[in-house]
Amino acid sequence: MPTETLPEPVLALQMRGIRKAFPGVQALAGVDLDVRRGEVHVLLGENGAGKSTLMKILSGALPRDAGTIEIDGRAAALASPREARGARIAIIHQELALVPEMTVAENIFLGRAPTRFGLLDQPAMVREATTLLSRLGANINPNVLVASLSIAQQQLVEIARALSLDARILIMDEPTSALTERESTRLFATITGLTARGTAIVYISHRLDEIFAIGDRITVLRDGRNVATQEVRQADRRALVRLMANRDVDELVPPTIRTTGKPRLRIEGLSHGSTLHNVSFSVRSGEIVGFAGLLGAGRTEIARAVFGLEPFDQGTVFVDERPVEIRSPRDAIAAGIGFVTEDRKREGLVLSRSVRDNVALPILKRLARLGIVHRTAETAIAESSVRDLNIRTPSVRQLAQNLSGGNQQKIVLAKWLATGARILFLDEPTRGIDVGSKQEIYALINELAAAGVAIVLMSSDLPEVLGLSDRVLVMREGRITGEFTRAEASAERVMACAVGI
Amino acid sequence: MMSSATVRRIVRGREAGTAIGLIVLCIGLWIATPYFATAANLSNVAEQSAVIGVIAIGMTFVILTGGIDLSVGSLVALVSVVIGSALQRGVPVFAAVAIGLLAGAVCGALNGLMITRGPLPPFIATLGMMSVARGAALLLSDGRPISGFPDGLRALATSDVLGAPAPVVMMLTLYLLAYLVLTRTVFGRYMYAIGGNEEATALAGVNVRRWKTVVYAISGLSAGVCAVLLVARLNSAQPIAGIGYELDAIAAVVIGGTSLLGGSGSVIGTLIGALIMSVLRNGLNLLGVSSYLQQVAIGVVIIAAVLIDMALRRRVQRSSR
Repeated sequence: MPTETLPEPVLALQMRGIRKAFPGVQALAGVDLDVRRGEVHVLLGENGAGKSTLMKILSGALPRDAGTIEIDGRAAALASPREARGARIAIIHQELALVPEMTVAENIFLGRAPTRFGLLDQPAMVREATTLLSRLGANINPNVLVASLSIAQQQLVEIARALSLDARILIMDEPTSALTERESTRLFATITGLTARGTAIVYISHRLDEIFAIGDRITVLRDGRNVATQEVRQADRRALVRLMANRDVDELVPPTIRTTGKPRLRIEGLSHGSTLHNVSFSVRSGEIVGFAGLLGAGRTEIARAVFGLEPFDQGTVFVDERPVEIRSPRDAIAAGIGFVTEDRKREGLVLSRSVRDNVALPILKRLARLGIVHRTAETAIAESSVRDLNIRTPSVRQLAQNLSGGNQQKIVLAKWLATGARILFLDEPTRGIDVGSKQEIYALINELAAAGVAIVLMSSDLPEVLGLSDRVLVMREGRITGEFTRAEASAERVMACAVGI
Repeated sequence: MMSSATVRRIVRGREAGTAIGLIVLCIGLWIATPYFATAANLSNVAEQSAVIGVIAIGMTFVILTGGIDLSVGSLVALVSVVIGSALQRGVPVFAAVAIGLLAGAVCGALNGLMITRGPLPPFIATLGMMSVARGAALLLSDGRPISGFPDGLRALATSDVLGAPAPVVMMLTLYLLAYLVLTRTVFGRYMYAIGGNEEATALAGVNVRRWKTVVYAISGLSAGVCAVLLVARLNSAQPIAGIGYELDAIAAVVIGGTSLLGGSGSVIGTLIGALIMSVLRNGLNLLGVSSYLQQVAIGVVIIAAVLIDMALRRRVQRSSR
């Protein structure tokens, strides 16, 4: 590790006794954080532990109530994002903060574009953007609009922007949550390059594998306090999970034995333009079929086509061996299909409405007579969902936006379960969700399958796909290029099919 | 009709702040000018608020879904003229009113279709309709007011129901209806959901296009109701009626705390917002404030109301984090 090349560890960042209260919540109750030069310092903790608040304070986005911050041994106020940038602190947000209507290059250099004679130096900008993106191994044209990029590509642009700032302290908040294995590997190589040059990196992630791959030290936060700081080499996975959650969580996906029934969903020869080529597969009731593949391989496109969101050129959808015509989400829901989308904030939830309203949304007509909603029935359904799925909310009246990512995702699931869906498409169901909630969602997926729901799981998290699926299908460039049973599937085999070796 | 939980929610909610604003304004005017609190003046204020108040119902629906309707002022004129010419041709009052309301709803539905079937943003579609409807009103009436109507229509404006002026009773009835639609019906839930997140709502299997079209049709219909009240009161149909009404209606909605981004707000807030606007106008008139200065005052109130609202919202958001 690069730290060993330095004579002795020098602190790039020292935070002492940081406190921050929001009305009703003590988000940080005196947190300390030391980050050495050239170190990847992992910040661990469940959602709500205070990681994001601490990083917002470090990046100048939030004022602190108390505590001191020293950068390279000098006290720093960091009262504004500008000041933080002046101290060469950069942050890669988990929530993407790009301007969709501008090009990739313009986004990377937003607010500090290179100029010549007072005019934008477009060629220089594009040139530098290309260099930055290729360092990340990202095949993205700097001249296209950000709006046209996938979430993973947008995340890479966000990372490129942070790199362009040439920061001394770089904060990465779940940078790999939307990246493929290969992209993540490139990112890790870039990180190693940065640390070799002395950049200090604060790395937030829920993925233990990558923490062990690139982290030097770990600080665990819980309820706004330090729980532990230790060397990654000496850390133990189970112990870390326990420290975070203060309870035993089975880190591995619990293996379950299920009996699968009759084919519930069958897709025959699904083709669309250049995105899908003759895709055929079937899912039995009680079976979990996992889709692996690189981003853009066509997984999401299958779900969107089957759910009636995108038209397709060819292909037939059979439900219970009967062909069904699906032209809109309404048709899909009527056929018993549910779709937990990749982006729950954009497509999954009405954040400004209550848990109850969200759960009841697809079934309102069923809950109404003469157009008037039967509120008792509605509340009863929402309350039983909250109970069954263990959604942590003070009441069903709580607004969806006030819940954590894991609980929000459970609302999305509850919504589809309430429709009585017997076929569920899950697209990246645990993206950006903390370890504890992930476990619960895995358990829930297993329970649903055990109850006879046919599940199509699409995920970039390979361990997740391998751990949950009865069968794994691998996609590449719009085609299914491999099929493995649970016993046959391994990370190496799946990746080989995904990249096409 | 309202459960105690509903009452509690209203008291605690955003509407309480606006209502306090209205009460403070009334007390202030009561102290400043003795004439303000007389029965005659108060019923006058209520009657004046009915005109904008009715359009603001449709506007609340539209804004809740994240849209805007700039055409309602012109639709008031068009519907007025339609009713006027129908009456002139000897069509019975009841039928003339029905034709007028239908015309309003159809124009509104056209707005909705342009927005949901075509790629037009609400601002552009209704801006176009604003000009088209105004022009049509002028063409249809040759630019002149139409007057000389049977007494039946006039009664709508002059008669009393249970001791209150008929327009006021009509407005309150419509508000009650709109409140029930928003809080109790599937359609009401859909409006909030569409405004909150249109994509997620469509994904939940809701026919977003159809419901949005209905919302604009209702907005056109409420402009039609406003036109009926206006024609009845003035006893004449004016092709230049309703100029700027769309902005007054938007102001009432915004003062009432409905977010222009859609997804949150209430029709009770809008009612209070409409009342604040007409109380303010009336009070400033009584105090002899020039009409120029009045415009300034109303503008300040709109801005202040939204600033206070945003500050309150931020506090609520923080405390619930």
